[in-house]
Amino acid sequence: MNVKIIVRGKTKGTLLVSKNPINFLGGIDKKTGLVRDKNHDLFGKNLANKVLVFPFGVGSSVGAYTIYSLKYNKCAPLAMICLKADITTASGCAISNIPLVVAQKQDYESLRDGQQVSLDAVSGKLL
Amino acid sequence: MELTKDEEAALDGKHGETLALAYRVLVAIGDATGSDKLIPIEWAHLSGVNYNTIGDAGEEFLSRLSKDAKFKVKTTVNPMGFDFDTVSKYDLDDKFIQKQQGIRKSYEKMGAIPSFSCIPYQIFELPKKGTHVSFAESNAAIYANSISGLKTNKEGAFSALASAITGKSPCSDLRDEKNREPNLTIQMKVKNRDELTYGMLGYFAGKVAGNSVAISGAKNLDMRNCKSLCAGLGTSGRCGMFTLEGAGEKIDFDDKEMQKVRDELETSESGDIITLGSPQLGLDEISDLVVMLKGKSFKKRCMIFCPRAIREQIKNLGYAKKIERAGAELLYDCCICLTPLIDKSNVDAVITNSVKGAYYLRTSNGVDVNLKSLSQIVNEETK
Repeated sequence: MNVKIIVRGKTKGTLLVSKNPINFLGGIDKKTGLVRDKNHDLFGKNLANKVLVFPFGVGSSVGAYTIYSLKYNKCAPLAMICLKADITTASGCAISNIPLVVAQKQDYESLRDGQQVSLDAVSGKLL
Repeated sequence: MELTKDEEAALDGKHGETLALAYRVLVAIGDATGSDKLIPIEWAHLSGVNYNTIGDAGEEFLSRLSKDAKFKVKTTVNPMGFDFDTVSKYDLDDKFIQKQQGIRKSYEKMGAIPSFSCIPYQIFELPKKGTHVSFAESNAAIYANSISGLKTNKEGAFSALASAITGKSPCSDLRDEKNREPNLTIQMKVKNRDELTYGMLGYFAGKVAGNSVAISGAKNLDMRNCKSLCAGLGTSGRCGMFTLEGAGEKIDFDDKEMQKVRDELETSESGDIITLGSPQLGLDEISDLVVMLKGKSFKKRCMIFCPRAIREQIKNLGYAKKIERAGAELLYDCCICLTPLIDKSNVDAVITNSVKGAYYLRTSNGVDVNLKSLSQIVNEETK
């Protein structure tokens, strides 16, 4: 499928699909990548080295630093795929060099947890 | 996005790596939000000051950045982790204090005004209506758009930082007049109202709203209720503005919906300590509190968070003495959210009237939360 590129890069990996939006500051442990918000559908899962699929980021603007910290602590997602990229996620990925793309609604909804994908966020293709 | 020749050159690194990085961030946001150009902004308010929130990664990043970055426009900053004047009274490790000092120095070196406050709209003179600013603190962005007549998106920590360095922001979302019109109305149906109900209303609205939302049935919001609404709204969603005129589809916020929010955020029926001040309290709210506390004293430890800008006034007006006589502690430069002064090793549960505070106390500090309105706190937790 074709995707809109927000932050460039290429990667291959397993999809981790979140139904809920993500508040990176409160919801994710920046030292491990674990989802620690008990009310989140990914509670207990780890974002590290996954291609993270989520609708958009919510809540604190400092979530951008959480994304940067995940990268610094070597537990960041390989890439992120959003339905609507928000400013906090976009700026966090831009500083951290984490590829970020936006998928169209129909394509986005076809993405399944555990699927193996190859993301080319230079030419805008997700296979 | 269309860039000017000068902006292109900066993006390509012709004016140094720092500016190139700032423009890369702005271009990514511009692409994410469908902007076609950058526009000037007059004021940036930065988040990412508390060591607890940005960690070693953030501290090192800012230290590197401050070697050659200079803020181009007026830049104010969010609260840090603690108050340097009183930190010795708390059991905080030296590493935290040293790292926090490093972060403070980096921001000051780049030219930030050391405001350490999440309520810039209450302590600074505001520019004229319609002025573009870049506020990262979510309650402040929502207040600026909804009440002060300024224009900002709900910025990220790095987007506001890039705006501070370049004096620019992508012209998208709430910077564009047509996106400021809400297409969803939340009808406030709860009869008994206080700042806690408005905070829960905001938290509920944030989950369902897009960029802008209408709140009906909430006329004559006072400062306390309004700040609580802004903070709740900023915590749960991506919404950056509200209006008080109805529009579009309507959803009721009634007692049943409010109970659902309470069930999500509240994890305890009581607490060991009381916290007030997320967002930080301004002078009017301190003055109200002094009146409410007349002849009373807290049965439990109570921490009250304020901006340093009002410290002298609180002292000179005699408020500080009265609050301390009632057994509460006044803390400046910091706030409830992610303060290292509240930790699960010494606190089990916290009583607060802040929905935003409740969310971060539970998820980040790992303590339980008991929600009570300010008047309930004064009635039930003082003698």
